[in-house]
Amino acid sequence: MMALRELSSLEKSLGLKNPNKYCTQGDKKVPVLHSNNGPSLVGLVTIATHLVQEAKRPELLGGSAEHKALVQQWLEYRLTKVDGCHKDDIKTILKDLNSYLEDKVYLAGNQFTLADTLMYYGIHHIIVDLAIQEKEKHMNVTRWFDHVQHYTGVRHHLPPVVVLRNRVYTSGHH
Amino acid sequence: MKLFVSDGNPHCVKVLAVLEFTGVKCDVKHVNHEERVVPYLSRPALPALLLPSGTHLFSPNSICQYLIELNGQESSDIVNQWLEWEATELQPAVMHALHMVVLQGKGAETPRVLQGPLSYLDQSLSQRTTLFLTAEMVSVADVVLWAALYPILSDSSLVSGNQTLQLWFERVGMLAACVSAAQTVLQGKGLKAESLKTYLQRQPTTHHGQGQVQGRGTQPCNSPEGDDDDDDCVLSEEEIQSAAVTWGKGLTDLPMVPERQHPILPQEGKRNVLVTSALPYVNNVPHLGNIIGCVLSADVFARYGRLRGWNVLYVCGTDEYGTATENKAREEGLTAQQICDKYHAVHASIYQWFQVDFDFFGRTTTKKQTEIAQNIFWRLHERGFLLEDIVEQLRCEACQRFLADRFVEGTCPFCSYPEARGDQCDKCGKLINAVELREPTCKVCSQTPVVQSSKHLFLDLPKLEAELEQWLERSTGSGDWTANAKQITRSWVRDGLKPRCITRDLKWGTPVPHPDFSDKVFYVWFDAPIGYLSITANYTDQWEKWWKNPQQVELYNFMAKDNVPFHSVVFPCSLLGAQDNYTLVNHLVATEYLNYEDTKFSKSRGVGVFGDMAKDTGIPSDVWRFYLLYLRPEGQDSAFSWVDMATKNNSELLNNLGNFINRAGMFVSKFFESCVPAMALQQEDKRLLAQVGWELKQYINLMDRVKIRDALKCILNISRHGNQYIQVNEPWKKIKGDETDRQRSGTVTGVSVNVACLLSVMLQPYMPTVSHTIRQQLNAPPSVTGTLLQGTGNFVCSLPAGHHIGTVSPLFQKLESEQIESLKKRFGGQQPEEEEEAKPKPKTTAQPDVNAQPDVNAQPATTPASDPAAQTAVNGADAERARELTLAVAEQAEKVRTLKGQKAEKTVIGAEVTKLLELKKQLSLAEGKDPEPVLTKGKKNAQPATTPASDPAAQTAVNGADAERARELTLAVAEQGEKVRTLKGQKAEKTVIGAEVTKLLELKKQLSLAEGKNPEPVLTKGKKK
Repeated sequence: MMALRELSSLEKSLGLKNPNKYCTQGDKKVPVLHSNNGPSLVGLVTIATHLVQEAKRPELLGGSAEHKALVQQWLEYRLTKVDGCHKDDIKTILKDLNSYLEDKVYLAGNQFTLADTLMYYGIHHIIVDLAIQEKEKHMNVTRWFDHVQHYTGVRHHLPPVVVLRNRVYTSGHH
Repeated sequence: MKLFVSDGNPHCVKVLAVLEFTGVKCDVKHVNHEERVVPYLSRPALPALLLPSGTHLFSPNSICQYLIELNGQESSDIVNQWLEWEATELQPAVMHALHMVVLQGKGAETPRVLQGPLSYLDQSLSQRTTLFLTAEMVSVADVVLWAALYPILSDSSLVSGNQTLQLWFERVGMLAACVSAAQTVLQGKGLKAESLKTYLQRQPTTHHGQGQVQGRGTQPCNSPEGDDDDDDCVLSEEEIQSAAVTWGKGLTDLPMVPERQHPILPQEGKRNVLVTSALPYVNNVPHLGNIIGCVLSADVFARYGRLRGWNVLYVCGTDEYGTATENKAREEGLTAQQICDKYHAVHASIYQWFQVDFDFFGRTTTKKQTEIAQNIFWRLHERGFLLEDIVEQLRCEACQRFLADRFVEGTCPFCSYPEARGDQCDKCGKLINAVELREPTCKVCSQTPVVQSSKHLFLDLPKLEAELEQWLERSTGSGDWTANAKQITRSWVRDGLKPRCITRDLKWGTPVPHPDFSDKVFYVWFDAPIGYLSITANYTDQWEKWWKNPQQVELYNFMAKDNVPFHSVVFPCSLLGAQDNYTLVNHLVATEYLNYEDTKFSKSRGVGVFGDMAKDTGIPSDVWRFYLLYLRPEGQDSAFSWVDMATKNNSELLNNLGNFINRAGMFVSKFFESCVPAMALQQEDKRLLAQVGWELKQYINLMDRVKIRDALKCILNISRHGNQYIQVNEPWKKIKGDETDRQRSGTVTGVSVNVACLLSVMLQPYMPTVSHTIRQQLNAPPSVTGTLLQGTGNFVCSLPAGHHIGTVSPLFQKLESEQIESLKKRFGGQQPEEEEEAKPKPKTTAQPDVNAQPDVNAQPATTPASDPAAQTAVNGADAERARELTLAVAEQAEKVRTLKGQKAEKTVIGAEVTKLLELKKQLSLAEGKDPEPVLTKGKKNAQPATTPASDPAAQTAVNGADAERARELTLAVAEQGEKVRTLKGQKAEKTVIGAEVTKLLELKKQLSLAEGKNPEPVLTKGKKK
């Protein structure tokens, strides 16, 4: 039911007044949005994209063609790599995101987008379990994560994760 | 824009089809499956699209959407929905099915896997009235889904029914774009494409429903490899039979490796391979990182090349000129020449101990060096590739000379550390331009130097840029450049080249022959690479046959990644500008860094193992070589660890490799009187031959592309297969059975000992002594070394029935944990990871050596500061600004207090308070913290914890920001404490409680820190006791 909670948080953060009704289909509980005026929509990213458009916030899907593609790429990455990832893949995911984010503020560059929101929801369970040292090792992910969780209206259903900015082990005296 | 695709990769059908469909203009480059195109992903991912901004897209569907968008089509909800379904539902099923059909030959089971998604698609299509998925027109969704299904649906035997789906599939498949994409990637053969099989063999087994479908990557180097099932190849019946045929050929008709005869010169009709390793700098003892980075890696490749029958010349030598040598000479009270003589001998003896088999190990302080460097200089000068400019430098009047950066000390302009060096501050790690030091002093005489201008010569790189780029395109396109080498080079060229200073005001160097610069020498980076040429010239008078012969010679340069720009940009520019038909690098092989127990090697702190100490450990040279090569930082940094070394020695060398070879030999000597028994091959034996043959092919394939670490895994895989084979067939039991059993025992023993013989050859580049010992023990014919590695590899029977072997004895010794512990202590391996702050994130940026070299003022004084300098300036400005702001905040606060004291009007006070808050916010920003969640790149440089405690303003600022966190942490501690109590109440498992307690302690520690207390001394001590 995670996906439904995400969608409901997303609705709130987008300021949509009337919450939609969702159900799920299949073993993987893929969310489905039934709407009155048109066919129903299936899939987390599809629905989330639709909500963003409904809220008239197209900038959250990326401004240029390039940004749009990046947003789509990271949304897909969230679904195909992060969701249901095996324990052994976590290291790779963190490492790759960390080097990707090295020179970026957000996933699509300098603009906050839907990709940040959904990646934040999807990766939260991983970050929560990281030891301080691991957070330090993946400094860019941690910075991005902390930033997104403090982004106005994003963190709805998830607990905040404490991110240390002071180094626990300072240099010198040992 | 550039699209990277690989043959046989079904994802590439999608993007090529859409590319042609949209008609978007874009270069298409075909690369290997293993090529890491996307720099930020640790595993290869193809296809990939390099966007105009320099970012890469790696998701096939996003690439398709982007191309469509460029073509002016907006995507809709329904298109998005199909693409999402394709990525999450269809793709995993398709990959699973492909794996089963192509690799496992289980075509009959595919309907089970594919039924769900296919009938969903079929139903959706039946419910629509339109020709295509979303409309009457083809959309990106149609092409993407068609391409995903193409390999499966093009084979009608695999799927039946789903009529609507079949019709749609044919309709889309008629598009010219689809036909040609299928042709390009899969040769139009669908499932039967050989390239598809190769692609799938390199993919991990996908589990239905799991997302992991992208490329298989190199394993993290320290992880256990043994249970790695995706390394297993899937063998067909033909492959097994052909392995048996190869085996039967024996050694007879294969050529011998010729003896080496010096001088080695290029030969017509041979592959002439010139191998160089970055010249180690003479003034210090090399550490393990230096050794693996260049000389050892190059040695393995050179040895391999010789085994392959190539005509190889491997040269190296010590780089002896420059400031550091002068400095060292002063320290040790010797002349520069004496220092060079002393350390040259040290280097030579270390490499000898490591069995590095140079054809010639020379040095740069020779007459040939002067001749060749001056010749190149004049040619550049005559052709107008040199510029003159004025540079500001510190000059010591007392010593009568310009001071190189390392000869100056002073107060750091950023952190006020009093003993900052002229190029870098040891305290804050920032790079410094020597003229910016406050109160500079000459390190030799302690007098204050003055700033003076001096005229220097610059290599006009911008003028050579176009020619360089043309050459780079050719060389990186055809040669085996490592991904990091390409990336570093690309970023250098992309940022635009600037003139580079090639002269220095030093004495110890190659003199500049130009009369206007008579008291100057060549700057070491102009001079040092010329050392490759002069060292070869000292080896043979006919050196030009190697170095002015690009038609016949292939040049391999080995180095660590910090040396890349000098080998890919600066030196090639010198040679191109000299216009003398020089041989330029074809294959640039750069390693990442090797760390020591997760910290860095440091001579001054006594951390790490240095070349001269390795032999004092009592661990054999071959074992050192093995371990260093096993963790060769290929593609990513790796870390040397004593415990890991012991583990790898005991598990891989002793229990796997050594055990197999020893058992095979022992069976021959014990059960068959040292005479190889007759072998009657059964299916199982042939299967082993095919497995071994496959690994051998992989080994050759990888080694040819200088994947030295990966190729070593093939050797270990073979002995693993061998051990399993012996274990299953139990020759030691069968030898006691009836005649059939005894024959079987003979066959298994005979095959095993032949595998051992093959291993001895494959090991030769890595462990020459062990390799030689095995061949001696097996009494192997000399021709084996050459024959087994010819072509794509021939696993032939080289020890036929009747062959007599020698005396067999164990090859490796166990490394005991006490021994390892004591070594760890001795070499400072227990230092925790620290001084992170002090290192200026060393050398991981694309332009490492610009920073590391004392070359900060090598740019003409008139040019605006280059990037790293600008970066430094920003940080510096921040520190300066923070001080100003601290004052301003104090003043403003005073003002507010005064006003309040005077009971001024509320609005007035309010206005001043607002100002105060604004100032405080700016101060936080200047301190590198963000009062609001607004992050910028500069954030990375924020190191509040490292701000010297002596700066009270900074201290206060840190504490202020921490109050917030302290509140959060107090809550977190309370919550976690509750959790632990609950668990204890529930009598949960100890490990579970333990983990939570650890978390609790961590939180408490953070809380203490946030509250400004320092819990560290207590904790660290507690740990050590």
